[in-house]
Amino acid sequence: MAGQSQREPQRPGAADPPWVRRALIAIALVFLALFLFVPVIAVFAEALRKGIGAYFAAIADPEARAAIRLTLMTAAIAVPLNVTFGVGASWAIARFDFAGKQTLLTLIDIPFSVSPVISGMLFVLLLGVRAPLGALLADHGIRVIFAEPGIVLATIFVTFPLAARELIPIMQAVGSEEEEAAMVLGASGWQMFFRVTIPNVKWGLLYGLVLCNARAMGEFGAVSVVSGHIRGQTNTMPLYIEILYNDYQFAAAFAVSSILTLLAIATLIAKRFLQRRAVPAKLEKHDDLAVKVAA
Amino acid sequence: MAINTKRNNVLPGFNLTLGFTLAYLGIVVLIPLSTIFFKTFTLTWAQFWAAVASPRTVAAYRLSFGASIAGATVNSVFGLIVAWSLVRYEFPVKSLIDVMVDLPFALPTSVAGITLTAIYASNGWIGGWLAPLGIKVAYAPLGVAVALTFVGLPFVVRTVQPVLEDLDQEYEEAAATLGASRLQTFVLVIAPALIPALLTGFALAFARALGEYGSVVFISGNMPMRTEVVPLLIMSKLEQFDYAGATAIALVMLSVSFVLLLGINVLQRWSSRRLAA
Repeated sequence: MAGQSQREPQRPGAADPPWVRRALIAIALVFLALFLFVPVIAVFAEALRKGIGAYFAAIADPEARAAIRLTLMTAAIAVPLNVTFGVGASWAIARFDFAGKQTLLTLIDIPFSVSPVISGMLFVLLLGVRAPLGALLADHGIRVIFAEPGIVLATIFVTFPLAARELIPIMQAVGSEEEEAAMVLGASGWQMFFRVTIPNVKWGLLYGLVLCNARAMGEFGAVSVVSGHIRGQTNTMPLYIEILYNDYQFAAAFAVSSILTLLAIATLIAKRFLQRRAVPAKLEKHDDLAVKVAA
Repeated sequence: MAINTKRNNVLPGFNLTLGFTLAYLGIVVLIPLSTIFFKTFTLTWAQFWAAVASPRTVAAYRLSFGASIAGATVNSVFGLIVAWSLVRYEFPVKSLIDVMVDLPFALPTSVAGITLTAIYASNGWIGGWLAPLGIKVAYAPLGVAVALTFVGLPFVVRTVQPVLEDLDQEYEEAAATLGASRLQTFVLVIAPALIPALLTGFALAFARALGEYGSVVFISGNMPMRTEVVPLLIMSKLEQFDYAGATAIALVMLSVSFVLLLGINVLQRWSSRRLAA
């Protein structure tokens, strides 16, 4: 502990007494250990409780594979749609001024503040067989609720703001000078978009995608309302975990959970690397530009 | 219809992107959301009142609000300590902790739910220590509070951390030079600067906890009147095809969420003004 004090900023007036520092670090570590680290370790310990053979058998089970397939398919539809929306919305919001922009930002945030259960319920009310629109679709043989399309729709709703929310500030921070230069130099709109805009925000775009994907694959509450829990058919991985758990197949439930936990940890690591790259280099460039202009 | 007011803007695509944004927002969010209001209009006042004010619903409100406040309070205290340690101190596993704080955002709620239940059940790693002391966590209201603390954990840390990073330590040095003790400096100089961010973090954690379903459903045991939170009650009404009752309660919860959303917006503006000043 003594060696660390040298790495502290040399600001005696703003430093805490050593015992305060040690006590606060200890409290922080114990709190996080109880709430973050013990659960992560527990997932893997419980998953391997019956041995490595049972672990792989649980993951290779046909129902588990069906759940993994449905989860991947749902994310493969929801994520590109919401990322495309994020790019469009961030272009309109970060590059132009218009009346009602603040309202639009608030509306985009709505799915964040709606309970997952209510999110799922909205689609049951809209497209369930008792609703006019749902009845119409059912007459044509299209089942949305208690079927795959409902799961995809609920997932799109829940992950709707994620990519846009990440891209808007990055698009604003990067600035529009290079894009304007491209336009003045005669590039077409799409040339500018693919050769200037996308390369400029690529890390932020990738981060938005990773975040959206993690949430899409992990969503539970909203999907639970619309899925109908048909085994091997309308269960995503998080729903399958619930079924295994309620069947007292704990080791299998935690084995499937361990895949999603690894996905969550990979997401956090990706966040660490992508968030740093998303903006700073670009900002420095503009600082230089500003200095040159000022000089 | 919105009009682009920025003059001399050479950039293209305003109509295309704004049009697409509004259309997608309408289809994915606004139309589904409007159904809840249409559905509510089909209820009689008596039906509505019976759903939102029945004893079972009131017990669920009490547990949801109580456990959410408890979780957000715990997170405010410990989140502040975590943020302070991350910004001001150096210690061995700091960067690992900085990454892991966001785990509750990234971990699927059903995974969090079964894991917390396994840990806090009376034969679990932590529950096993608490059971002999007569403390029951899983399948009791305390378990609900534990799950809601878990899901809200990152909010306070992530709202306080950037404010602390931007806080100029010169003010603290000035206070120390003028003879203030470290505690006085904290209470009189640092705390006022942190309060808007701390309140924002509290409100975000509280709002998230109110709507939480996945991590609570396993640990609570779902006993009506005792360990049933509002999202669980809505779910059980939906499972019994009582869409009217579910809609009425959902409308109450949505209203609370929107009031919180507005409050959080105001707090964030206050917070950024504080920071700029």
